[in-house]
Amino acid sequence: MPSTAQILDWLTIAKPYIIMGLVVAVWPLVSGYIVLMERKVMADMQVRLGPMRVGPHGLLQPIADALKLLIKEDIIPARVDKWVFWFAPVIPVLTALTAFAVLPFSQRYFVAELNVGVIFILAMTSIGVLGIMLGGWASNSSYPLLGALRSTAQLVSYEVAMGFAVVAAVMVAGSLDMVNIVKHQQASGVWFIFYQPIGFFIYLVAAMAETNRAPFDMPEAESELVAGFMTEYSGFRWALYFLAEYSNIFVVCSIATTLFFGGWLRPFPNVAWLNFLDWAPAVMLVGVGAGCLYLAGKQLSAANKIGMGVLGAAIIAVGLAFGVPMVIDYVSGPFWFLFKVAVMIYMFMWARFTFPRYRYDQLMQLGWKWMIPLGMANLLVTGVLILVKMQYWSAK
Amino acid sequence: MTEAETVYRPHPEDHTFLDSNEIVINMGPQHPSTHGVLRVVLRLDGEKIIGSECVIGYLHRGVEKIAENRTYVQFNPYVDRMDYAAAVSNSLGYCEAIEKIMSVVAPPRAQYVRVILTELNRIASHLLWLGTHALDIGALTPLFYCFREREEILKIFENYCGARLTTHSFRIGGLQYETYDGFEKQVNVFCDDFLHKVDEYETLLTGNRIWLQRTKGIGVISAEDCIQYGVTGPVLRGSGVKWDIRKAMPYCCYPDFEFDIPTGQNGDTFDRYIVRMEEMRQAVRIIKQAVAKIPDGPIMAKIPKVIKPPVGEIYHSIEAPKGELGYLVVSDNSTQPYRVRVRPPSFVNLSALDIMIRGHLVADVVAVIGTIDIVLGEVDR
Repeated sequence: MPSTAQILDWLTIAKPYIIMGLVVAVWPLVSGYIVLMERKVMADMQVRLGPMRVGPHGLLQPIADALKLLIKEDIIPARVDKWVFWFAPVIPVLTALTAFAVLPFSQRYFVAELNVGVIFILAMTSIGVLGIMLGGWASNSSYPLLGALRSTAQLVSYEVAMGFAVVAAVMVAGSLDMVNIVKHQQASGVWFIFYQPIGFFIYLVAAMAETNRAPFDMPEAESELVAGFMTEYSGFRWALYFLAEYSNIFVVCSIATTLFFGGWLRPFPNVAWLNFLDWAPAVMLVGVGAGCLYLAGKQLSAANKIGMGVLGAAIIAVGLAFGVPMVIDYVSGPFWFLFKVAVMIYMFMWARFTFPRYRYDQLMQLGWKWMIPLGMANLLVTGVLILVKMQYWSAK
Repeated sequence: MTEAETVYRPHPEDHTFLDSNEIVINMGPQHPSTHGVLRVVLRLDGEKIIGSECVIGYLHRGVEKIAENRTYVQFNPYVDRMDYAAAVSNSLGYCEAIEKIMSVVAPPRAQYVRVILTELNRIASHLLWLGTHALDIGALTPLFYCFREREEILKIFENYCGARLTTHSFRIGGLQYETYDGFEKQVNVFCDDFLHKVDEYETLLTGNRIWLQRTKGIGVISAEDCIQYGVTGPVLRGSGVKWDIRKAMPYCCYPDFEFDIPTGQNGDTFDRYIVRMEEMRQAVRIIKQAVAKIPDGPIMAKIPKVIKPPVGEIYHSIEAPKGELGYLVVSDNSTQPYRVRVRPPSFVNLSALDIMIRGHLVADVVAVIGTIDIVLGEVDR
């Protein structure tokens, strides 16, 4: 019979593997629901309802979509480079999921505390581009080729701007470790967005370009290049590209949350009288559950009524469980982290449905003539200020 | 690739030492942004366009030939199927052409109702243009706002004649139906509401930096080129030529109304956008005047049961939403036209596509196709 200490030991060793398994197992489903959220947000902004047929309020739509994509015929066009065509969609998924390893969901939940975490993530997202390039090239077709060309140029130019923005934040934090960066924000009591507003802006724009999101969705510009680099892809391979895209969005939003919005910290982590904010997860979940129960009454079919009701009850139960003081400590970190990431993702969607698309050369101009000089200036000012602070403030 | 090369005839000036880098791509006939089954063969140097050719005919139905085998009355619904986004204008042009050759004039009330419906259709057509044009440039949301308002117009059409898109709303000599109860009110409510909606679209697009960058200086066509190519409608007015058939060669009861002809200066995509936005406002102005002044009286002129126009040939043109829509009708005093030739604005305007996109990038092609505002049903007939 192992002792309690031994079990705790095993748990500590097993924790990264458990989290890893959870991410790999659950993430595809979650990304499906992010797609549903996107469709619902889009519908809301465009005076319509969005998916409503599959399940109550279209809640089973992602599962139906995933099943459809899985059982579709596997088409490999005749003249493609078979092996590259086969392997290309795997690369971005692989790199995006690897980047999850260093995301600190809270001070407890992360796979690896890497002392170069930020650089690791940047490296992983850069390698992901390879999948897009290879996919476009291997398709042996004009539109995918153009998409791949655009993608290469775009990612090269925006990576630089993104790098400058990230470096500025890292300088303020004094660490490249994702966990430490958040801990520094906790210590200073201020989110780094207030030190680095310009840095955040550059990061946001570069991140949108980096993840191929509108208004920078050049590589897959639907109205110009049909579907860009994935024109020839269908079925599950296509779904992999989609999974990679949403994983990348999650990753860049997580970096933004970690670098600029205090990661897993609740707003004003050091202000004691705001401690009631720790109840936010419970309150919010119970609220969402109550909303589901209210909507359950409005459903037309009995199945939808029961489905919505069960869902509402389950969410309320989880919410109530989160209200137990002992549990709060464990869930408030991941809650705030995911909440901030969700808000960031919402901003990405908002931008997508509001702005027209940049043209490819204008995108380059924006990147090289505005974003990179601005990033350098920001870096310079940050460096000088830090130096001044070190020279004079610490001398006092 | 080989098929595209046989279609494309290279321009002698376009040869450079980088010829090996050229790629020929086929845009369409199945492409999200060619507004139907237009096929554009593009020759690219990188992403720069060094030549293009439109391949049309995928929607050819032989409408003009059909006309020779139908009576004058029977052919009337066919014209709705040419520019299906502006069916009422097509019908107006055809009916007026036949009335002209028969020397019949529709009664005033019929003319006023015709103007109201035609101008409503102009708005509907421009809304469809705005939505799809914005969608092509990447703004996803205006499309749905435009369709929301277009729906109101289609409801008015549905209430009036039972059809929404291909309305067959006019008859030779006047109208088949009297307006329904509450017609004027519904139209007025729409007009009052709509002006705010146009402002709303403008807040989304007009001042937007990306929109300006994507449309200013894109697809420029000079007034001389427009006239050379026979381009009409908002494209011509966007280049600064104040030519609107409603004023230049008035038809129906347009002389009774006050309205302005908006023009642009630069002849670029942005100017054409502004011109069309303003045209929607002017259309509202015309409709409001027409609704206020609408006379009572018969809606049908006295025309014979069997229409046999006297021997002769007539050309009648109107200002359709997309430009000059003309009908050349040749009659041999039988029940069927000897020949009906249609001068479709989309077809003629499309011929200027090549000079408008040369030197631009692939992304601009879709912007320019959008700004010309073509309907393939009308291009191919």
